[in-house]
Amino acid sequence: MKAIEVKDITKKYGGLKVLRHLSLSIAPGERRAIIGPNGTGKTTLFNIITGVTKPDSGKIYVFGKNVTRLSPYHRARLGLARTFQRNNLFFNLSLLDNINLALQVNRSQLKAKDFLENWALYHRKNVKVKELSYGEQRQVELLLALVQSPRLMLLDEPTAGVSQGESRVITEMIQRLPREVTVVIIEHDMEVVFNLADRITVLNRGQVLYEGNREEVRTHPTVKDIYLGAAEEEDI
Amino acid sequence: MNLIRKFISCQKPPGFWWGVITVTLLLLPFGTNSYGLSLLTQALIFGILAMGLDILIGYTGQVSFNHATFFGVSAYTTGILFYGGCKNFWLALGSGIAVSVVLAIVLGLLVLRSGGPYFLMITLAFGQMIFALAWRWRSLTGGDDGLPGIARPESGLPAAMENNLYFYYLVLIFFLAVLLALWKFVHSPLGRSIVGIKESESRMQALGYNTFGLKLMAYALAAGVSGLAGVLYVYFTGFISPQELNWTMSGLIILMVIIGGAGTLLGPVIGAAVILVLQNLISSYTDRWPLFMGIIFVLCVMYARNGIFGYFLKLYKGGKNHEGNRS
Repeated sequence: MKAIEVKDITKKYGGLKVLRHLSLSIAPGERRAIIGPNGTGKTTLFNIITGVTKPDSGKIYVFGKNVTRLSPYHRARLGLARTFQRNNLFFNLSLLDNINLALQVNRSQLKAKDFLENWALYHRKNVKVKELSYGEQRQVELLLALVQSPRLMLLDEPTAGVSQGESRVITEMIQRLPREVTVVIIEHDMEVVFNLADRITVLNRGQVLYEGNREEVRTHPTVKDIYLGAAEEEDI
Repeated sequence: MNLIRKFISCQKPPGFWWGVITVTLLLLPFGTNSYGLSLLTQALIFGILAMGLDILIGYTGQVSFNHATFFGVSAYTTGILFYGGCKNFWLALGSGIAVSVVLAIVLGLLVLRSGGPYFLMITLAFGQMIFALAWRWRSLTGGDDGLPGIARPESGLPAAMENNLYFYYLVLIFFLAVLLALWKFVHSPLGRSIVGIKESESRMQALGYNTFGLKLMAYALAAGVSGLAGVLYVYFTGFISPQELNWTMSGLIILMVIIGGAGTLLGPVIGAAVILVLQNLISSYTDRWPLFMGIIFVLCVMYARNGIFGYFLKLYKGGKNHEGNRS
């Protein structure tokens, strides 16, 4: 049984085909990175897997269950958690209230205090999330998914816009996740990708261009050309 | 002003403000004439109504433009029952609330699928449809003449409600009960969930919350509270007309919530009282009272974004933090 199976997904916005007959499967416990140029359909794929966006055709299976017609909250209850590309938090509530809201719905025995202590943010518990630094907000973004004790996590650019130091903190947080949790991560920072991922899927124009392990992707000529090469040029 | 600020900002034991509110409202009728008593009763009824809407605007983040629908429909139910011979208070109350809640669930299933300005417009449209129905269905609603001469209930209550002072205390009991119940609700896990929807509905869904179900529950709760206000209102005035269902009434309730302070239960009550007092006061000098209401609204938006009560709450919390820093 796969953690995720995406079968022949197509999604159009008007005349623009964002995903074209895309198929993908990810094994339980795997750490998978999805990379690709901007506008290639990575976030749309996440939105389709989580149920925020309906595909035009194709099917989605999560742990063997067909979830194509299920609402986002049903999918969340199957153990699917996600983070968002742009911080999507309860900004006017305290950090503690943010965590409690996530714990409450999952009827978790976990205590918010223990959880925040474990992730070294307990000292900020009473601060409104909008008053936290951007880097801390990115961490909370991850914590809100983590606190659900998920079986499957979809992380949409968890280190976007943070400093190198904060990026290392977030990468370490992801590395600390229990190995049985399946993690799918969209990321542009190749250092983060190569640190975290067992396998990498390269998307281009709404299709899977290539899939392989770190070394295979690093050395694949087309991937280098359209993505890694471009990234290196951008760095220069 | 400094003295008031100091008084508001110093720490009080829990329950202090509950005591102040209850005792003040119990004693207020003795310091006023019959006109003042009538204004007080009206303020409490509209306070209940505005608290109901605040559950939607201030807590769930859904600006509904047909709140008068539930208020009016419940008042009409009471009126129609009275014309049918029902003199029992509890029967009228139960029926009024039930009709409002059922209507809210039916409408909610349709309107809650939209959000933001679309939600506002679709609620307005449905509100006006019910208004038009009341206007045209003359055999049931009396059309534009409304239903006059609705007497206060004769049975179900320990005292005769024709006495305005007794009626005020009846309204006060319901007001305090609603305030306490809603206070408990907004501080319960369910109440915190609807605040989560206001903050970020997509995140709530990602966490596993059935946000549609929660919004429907909040919509029905707000309608039920407004239904209660509708029954009390029709017994208070003895008259109900389509105007109570019109969008102008819904707009007035929204103003009460915003001027008083959305997201604070007492705020909308203060908003209701301020608007009713000003309306009565200014309209005795000029017909242009909405002009002054507009000025107050603009001032609130410019200087007290969280409404009158929100402003004082900020002072209170500011004072507490200040004391905390000193210690």
